[in-house]
Amino acid sequence: MTPALEVSGVSYHFGSRQALDDVSFSVGPACFTALLGPNGAGKTTLFSLATRLFDCKDGWIRIFGQDLRRRPGPALARLGVVFQQSTLDLDLTVAQNLRYAASLHGLGGREVDARIERELNRFGLGDRSHEKARQLNGGHRRRIEIARALMHDPALLLLDEATVGLDVPTRRQLVAEVHRLCREDGIAVLWTTHLVDELDPDQDRVVLLHRGRVRAAGSADEVLEATGAAALDRLFDALPEGPGA
Amino acid sequence: MKFLICLKGIIWRELLRFVSQRGRFLSALVRPLIWLLVFATGFRAALGVAITPPYETYIPYSIYVLPGLAAMVQLFNAMQSSLSMVYDREMGSMRVLLTSPLPRWYLILCKLLAGIVVSLAQVYAFFAIAWLFDDQAPGLGYLTVMPALLANGILLGGLGLLLSSLIRQLENFAGVMNFVVFPMFFLSSGLYPLWKVREGSDLVADLCALNPFTYGVELIRFALYGQVDQMSLAVVLGVGGMLTAAAIIAYSPSRGLIRRK
Repeated sequence: MTPALEVSGVSYHFGSRQALDDVSFSVGPACFTALLGPNGAGKTTLFSLATRLFDCKDGWIRIFGQDLRRRPGPALARLGVVFQQSTLDLDLTVAQNLRYAASLHGLGGREVDARIERELNRFGLGDRSHEKARQLNGGHRRRIEIARALMHDPALLLLDEATVGLDVPTRRQLVAEVHRLCREDGIAVLWTTHLVDELDPDQDRVVLLHRGRVRAAGSADEVLEATGAAALDRLFDALPEGPGA
Repeated sequence: MKFLICLKGIIWRELLRFVSQRGRFLSALVRPLIWLLVFATGFRAALGVAITPPYETYIPYSIYVLPGLAAMVQLFNAMQSSLSMVYDREMGSMRVLLTSPLPRWYLILCKLLAGIVVSLAQVYAFFAIAWLFDDQAPGLGYLTVMPALLANGILLGGLGLLLSSLIRQLENFAGVMNFVVFPMFFLSSGLYPLWKVREGSDLVADLCALNPFTYGVELIRFALYGQVDQMSLAVVLGVGGMLTAAAIIAYSPSRGLIRRK
């Protein structure tokens, strides 16, 4: 089966600083994969390459078999993205934000109204469509951003530290909602985080990134075995240079 | 069809943002009106404008300055768009645009066109208020000026896009005002005819003649009277095309503009 996301031999550097070094891993269809790593591991760089904000020159990235560099259109059409920073237009209403995102994928007309309703209802925000994004709290804004990323029915969803700045209960709810998307709607998810407690150790795949290199990949047990860590919450301690290095 | 929906969506968002930022709309109108109603009134007595094409008779200074102020509205709008591109890049909302599956060059052109549409709305609002104060061009001129405003929008919008790709931080934008907007406006035929400038200084007149903005102003001036100044059209479209092409290259994924952040 074609992987939802394939990253192969990707290296990247900013000037003399190597941000990514021969990174390879894949995300299976309808699979929740956590890209885990301490701050400065290279997660956001990898995320930027996977969303084609800039091209990767060494190695390649494919989305459902489509090379992101050679065939960016078909690859990006199947991709939904939630960025670390909030990217909503705060002066626009929720519905206007969603409509704008849909238009960027060539979707317009009544079909978009139905999709807006569908996505807002999915996150229990059906009654907020006419509110300005500025009026929403952090948790609701995040949900709207996920709803926006789903407007064009992507088969792969990338989320970069999507729970940053949220309180613990909201964070838990959001993690559960994205897991549900994966389980019930068959959407593959790459969830970038440095918070180990966001993982479901029984279900999720884990890619452990540290100092720009993949240190371990597989199920939670496989990653624990490869790193020699006693438990997931001790994972970063088991990395060669210690936490945050 | 996808391409058209995308263009429509980007223009619609730009208009919504413009309308929701009332301060921006007001300042876009007030700025040229102050020039027209205060500056031009003061200069009316001091400056006589002789009969030069496209004018067929002596004209008051406020009529002379009308095309220059329309171009100024577009210049400030382009810089405002450029500023918001830098802001969007810093805040991350530019990323939403750039992850669209449509070609990157097309998305940049859509941004350019959206900025032009907003500038047209501003210019016509300005023309309407000026008309109320009796600073009027021939009726048909308001229609024939539209293609000139479009062309000038490409020139200034292309410049704004390119600048937005070169400016690393929002804080650097003050430099753009000092080194781009003011010289462009003051070293042009917007406020004074070139022959009048030449009476004062050959060097300044030469600088004005080298400034593409001068040609944008002249294009608008002739178009308001139903005429095409071919030299101006060639310069505006030529330079505008080059600036836009450079901006598209600057925003291409292989150039990694966002990477610098």
